[in-house]
Amino acid sequence: MRLPLLALLAKEPAHGYELKQALEATFGSAYPSPNIGQIYVTLGRLEKDGYVRAVDVEQSNRPNKKVYYLTAAGREALEAWVDEPTEGPRVRDEFFMKLVLAPLTGISDRMALVNRQRRHYLSLMRDLDELAERTDPGNRVARLLIEGAMLHLQADLDWLERCQEDLT
Amino acid sequence: MTQPPVVKVTGLVKIYQTGGLPVPAVRGVDLVVEAGEFVAIMGPSGSGKSTFVHMLGGLETRTSGEIWLDGKRADTLSESAWAVLRRQKVGFVFQFLNLVTNMTVADNVELPALLGGASPRQARERREYLLSELGLEERAAAAPGRLSGGEQQRVALARALANHPRLLLADEPTGNLDSRNTRDVLKLLGKVHRQGQTIVLVTHDARVASMADRVVSILDGQIVDDAPIARAPRRPVGTAGDIVELHG
Repeated sequence: MRLPLLALLAKEPAHGYELKQALEATFGSAYPSPNIGQIYVTLGRLEKDGYVRAVDVEQSNRPNKKVYYLTAAGREALEAWVDEPTEGPRVRDEFFMKLVLAPLTGISDRMALVNRQRRHYLSLMRDLDELAERTDPGNRVARLLIEGAMLHLQADLDWLERCQEDLT
Repeated sequence: MTQPPVVKVTGLVKIYQTGGLPVPAVRGVDLVVEAGEFVAIMGPSGSGKSTFVHMLGGLETRTSGEIWLDGKRADTLSESAWAVLRRQKVGFVFQFLNLVTNMTVADNVELPALLGGASPRQARERREYLLSELGLEERAAAAPGRLSGGEQQRVALARALANHPRLLLADEPTGNLDSRNTRDVLKLLGKVHRQGQTIVLVTHDARVASMADRVVSILDGQIVDDAPIARAPRRPVGTAGDIVELHG
């Protein structure tokens, strides 16, 4: 959450709730709506690290609101983040662990595990399809995010098939 | 009155003889598909899944076992009698598309409906509907050879559905399609399925398979799984938070 907030603040100063709204508007329904409490906690930490500075803005009839600005150190951290290569996805697949270890204990056989997992993936794919249907076709970021999730799921399914061929 | 299943297969076996060596491709498959069901068949290449659907459509002979289509025994039919049954009851989309090259796209799609006894007007209306659902209305007058692979594949689907077949059979119907054209095909499959179309198709594509009522997995010529795709009730509607996770 730290660096996306810095990126949004590099565009313009904002208060916590505006940052939440900006994330939601950008990523659409595919992205889990960020928790406002988490945003404030993160902003507090960024402030402590000197990456952002908060300025109290007086409001009539309401408590002051804090508007956050990016500092020079914050901009440097953001630039470093953008410039460095990003790690590829790592396989950290709980199912594979189950598939390899469960049969050794006699708890389940691999064929049954693979079959159930395949149906589970297809049910996830169905959810993604429904999500895609509900997503504003004009929101390219949200559409690409869902497409990415679908491609990952397809790869998982293909891998499952390889597991079934070689391990059952 | 109960309807017979649209597909009923018992003990189906296919053994190829290549160079004197018997190679079993399908090794005892039983399957029942009721009217209105959508069944996706998945499995690694070489698992026998394509051979299986080819036998269902009478494009390959079986070595042993029985095939019943819409209550009629099909595996004992002569080639010409099977061709008649197929024309009446089965629509195909296979990887080799077999469009008639010297006819327009429109005529390719109307032909099965006309052969099936539809009036020219019914055939034309059905063709116009199917081509527009698949984003192909502009291509109606073109020759199939002028179309891209993805367009030809969609024409083949339109043709397969022209006659309101009892059974739609397909082998990788989205195999040559990019994601946008895949979406058109998925939408049409979903629509005809909701209208009661019985569908049996082979696919690697999880998006296609996820639309099915049931998924059948074939491994080494045998069915190793045959079960419905359950709805996962635990996920709240409106988010994909446990599927999509972005870090930063």
